[in-house]
Amino acid sequence: MAAFAHDDNSVVVVIGSGAGGGTLANELCQRGVDVVVLEAGGHESIASFVNDEVAAFKQLGWLDHRTSSGSWRIAKDFPNLPAMICKTVGGSTAHWAGVSLRLREHELSARSIYGDIDGANMLDWPLSIGELAAFYDRAEEKMGVTRTHDIPGLPGNNNFKVFYNAAKQVGYRSANTGRMAINSRPRSGRAACQQLGFCMQGCKMGAKWSTLYTEIPAAQATGRLDLRESCHATRIEHDNSGKVTGVIYFDANGEEQRQLARIVCVAGNAIETPRLLLLSESSKYPDGLANSSGEVGQNYQRHTSGSVFATFDEPVHMYRGTSMAGIVTEESGHHPGRGFAGGYQLQSIGFGLALTAGFINPGGWGRSTTRAIDEYANMAGLWIVGEDMPRTSNRVTLNTNEKDQWGIPVANVHYDDHANDIAMRAHGYRQGRAMYEAIGAKNVFEAPPFPSSHNMGTCRMSERPLFGVVNKWGQSHDIANLFISDGSQFTTSGAGNPTLTIVALAIRQAEWIGLEMNRRSI
Amino acid sequence: MATRRDFLRASGTLSGVLWLSSSAISSLAPSRSWALELGVFNDLQSRTLLQLTRHIFPHDTLDDAVYAFVVKDLDTASAGDQAVAKLLSDGVTELHSGGDWLTLSTAQQFASVEKIAGGAFFEKIRSTAVVSLYNNELAFAHFGYEGSSFEKGGYLNRGFNDITWLPDPPPEASPSPELN
Ligand SMILES: Cc1cc2nc3c(=O)[nH]c(=O)nc-3n(C[C@H](O)[C@H](O)[C@H](O)COP(=O)(O)OP(=O)(O)OC[C@H]3O[C@@H](n4cnc5c(N)ncnc54)[C@H](O)[C@@H]3O)c2cc1C
Ligand code: SF4
Repeated sequence: MAAFAHDDNSVVVVIGSGAGGGTLANELCQRGVDVVVLEAGGHESIASFVNDEVAAFKQLGWLDHRTSSGSWRIAKDFPNLPAMICKTVGGSTAHWAGVSLRLREHELSARSIYGDIDGANMLDWPLSIGELAAFYDRAEEKMGVTRTHDIPGLPGNNNFKVFYNAAKQVGYRSANTGRMAINSRPRSGRAACQQLGFCMQGCKMGAKWSTLYTEIPAAQATGRLDLRESCHATRIEHDNSGKVTGVIYFDANGEEQRQLARIVCVAGNAIETPRLLLLSESSKYPDGLANSSGEVGQNYQRHTSGSVFATFDEPVHMYRGTSMAGIVTEESGHHPGRGFAGGYQLQSIGFGLALTAGFINPGGWGRSTTRAIDEYANMAGLWIVGEDMPRTSNRVTLNTNEKDQWGIPVANVHYDDHANDIAMRAHGYRQGRAMYEAIGAKNVFEAPPFPSSHNMGTCRMSERPLFGVVNKWGQSHDIANLFISDGSQFTTSGAGNPTLTIVALAIRQAEWIGLEMNRRSI
Repeated sequence: MATRRDFLRASGTLSGVLWLSSSAISSLAPSRSWALELGVFNDLQSRTLLQLTRHIFPHDTLDDAVYAFVVKDLDTASAGDQAVAKLLSDGVTELHSGGDWLTLSTAQQFASVEKIAGGAFFEKIRSTAVVSLYNNELAFAHFGYEGSSFEKGGYLNRGFNDITWLPDPPPEASPSPELN
C-alpha cells in the first residue's frame, strides 16, 4: 500500500470509495496512475459485518446530519434521513442488494422520445447505447453479474416463488431471478451465496460484489493506492487559472489536512458530491465549483418507488435468502397510454422484522399498522423502481442554518413528486396489488417510498455546458481537471437500479483519464 | 437479557410474569418471571409508558416482557438526556392529571392516546418503540423471524425455498441451487 506526500501534486485524488470511487480508483491504479482515496467512513470487513438490521445500519450508514424539504413523504416520515447511503470503505456497495441492470436506448434519449414534459427539465444523455455497451460488458464481468457472461442465475427464495406465481397469474411472462452481482457459484476468489438474507447489511459471505473486498484490495495490490479512511473532504481548492489544485479534509484525528492533486474526482454519492462543489465556492467561483450552468445540485432524482406487501394464509418467510430476488420487466418500457412517460420495474424485496416495522407504514401506529406486522411470517413483498423526472426545483442545496460535526452547512434535499411520478406509482401499486390478489392475498399493504437508496442527477452530463455540469466523460465543463465519478452524472434516471451504470461509467472514465494524462491534456 | 431468575419488586424495577400463552417466548427464557432494572423511572411512570406503548403498537398476544424493552430504552434515553427525561415525565404526569390513567377502561385510555398522537411525547415513545419493540430476540420468536443466520450457514439448506403451497417456478426463472 502506497503513502503519498501531502504536497505530491502528481496524484489523482478520488473522494469516496463506493461504486463509483472504488471502481475508478482501481481502474486508474491498474493503468499505472497514483491515487489517493479520501473516504469519510471507517474500515469494516466481511468479518465485522453483523446480521442485525439495526446494528448494521448504525455500523455502515451515513448518519451525519442532513435535512429535507418538499412535498415528498420522506420529508415528513424521515426528515433527517432523506437517503440511505453508507459511510464506510466501500460506500453503499456495503448495503446494496446487487440488482444490476443496464440503461436502455429509450432511457438514454428520454427527451427525444418522451418529448418535453411540463415541470420537468428533460435532456438526452450525451451518450449512446453503443458507446456504453462494451463498458457494461466489462462492468458485468468485473462484478460477476448473474445471467451474463455464462454465469447462472440465482435460485429463487420463497419471496420469489410468491412473486413469480403472482406475476404469472396477471399475465407477466418475464419474471425471473434477475441479473444480480451476487455469486451463484464461487467466482473471483469469492464464495457463493448461502442465502443468508442480509444482503443489505453487508454480505458476510462476500458473495455480493462490494468495492470493499474487490476493487479496493485489487488497487492496493498495485502499490499505487493510498487509501485514507475516516478522512472527510470539506473543500476543493483551485488556482488563479481556475484549475483545481487539491483537497482540504479532516483526517481520522479531526485535524485539517491539504492533499495536493493533479486531478480531483468526486464520488461522494449524489447528495455529498454537489454539497462539496457548493461548499468549495470562492471569489472566482461564487456559485460553487463547476456551476456556471447553475445545475449543480439540481435535477435530483431518486426513482419513483413504493412497495407492496401482501399476506397469505400460508407462510412465506420473506427474510430467508437474497433480499432482492426477482424482477418483472413488462412495465419498464415507455408506453404513454398508461398515463405517464417512462416505465418501471417490479422487483421482489424482503426485510427482517425491524425494517418491516419501520417501513410498512412510517409514522403509523395503532391496529392498522400492527395488523401487518402480526402477519409478518406470511408476508411477501415487492418494490417499484421507476424513472422519475429531472426537475430544476428538486435539488440539493446547502442548509446554512444547520451544521454537521465539522461545523459545515449540511445538505438539504428538496423533492416534490412530479405528476408523472404520482401516476406511475399509482399504476405500480395497482399492478402489485393485482398480482398478489390473483394468488389469494389476504391483506395488501401499499408502503410509501423508503429513504432514497438510488440518488442521481445532481451534476448531470450534458452535450452543451449550458444544460449540465459534466461532459460525456464525467469531466466538468468548467474545470478540465475536475471529474464527477458517481451517480450524480446521470442525465436522467431510467427505470433501472443505477449501480451497474455507475461502475460502467467509472471504467470508461478511468480509461479516458489515463489516455488524457498520457497526452498531458490534463 | 430481560429475564432473570429472581423476581424483584423494588422501585426502579419493572417486572412481570410471562403469560402462559407466550410459548414461543418462554422457550427462550430461563424462567417465567422477568424484571428490568430502571435508572430513572418510578413504578407509575414505567407502568404508564408500557401501557401507552401497548396502545401505540397493539399486539394482543405479545407479552409485556417485550414491551418492557421499550420502557428500558426510554429509561436509558432519559438517563442520558435531561430534556428527554422531562418530556417523558411531564407527559406521564399530564396523562394522569385527571386521575389514575391506568385504571381507565381500554377505550378511555385509547381516546386519550388519540388526543396526544403526533405530539412530542407520543412521538418519542413511538419512534423508540418502532425499533425497540421489534428488534429483539423475543419479538423475533413471537412474530416468526429467525434473526441472524450466518452462524447457522444461512438458509441455503434451511428452507430458503421451502414453501409448498405454490408451484415451483421453472428452472429458467429460478435455477436450482448449484452445489458448491
Ligand atoms: C439498501 C440499499 C440497497 C441498494 N440496492 C441496490 C441494487 O440492488 N442495485 C443497484 O443498482 N443499486 C442499489 N443501491 C444503490 C447503490 O448502493 C448506489 O447506487 C451506489 O453505491 C452509489 O455509488 P456512489 O459511488 O455514487 O456512492 P456510494 O457507493 O454511496 O459511495 C460514496 C462514498 O463517498 C463517501 N463520501 C461522501 N462524502 C465524502 C466526503 N466529503 N469525504 C470523503 N468521503 C465521502 C461516503 O462515505 C461513501 O463511502 C442500494 C442502496 C441501498 C442503500
Ligand atoms: S443472501 Fe447471499 S448475497 Fe445476500 S447476504 Fe446472504 S450470501 Fe450474501
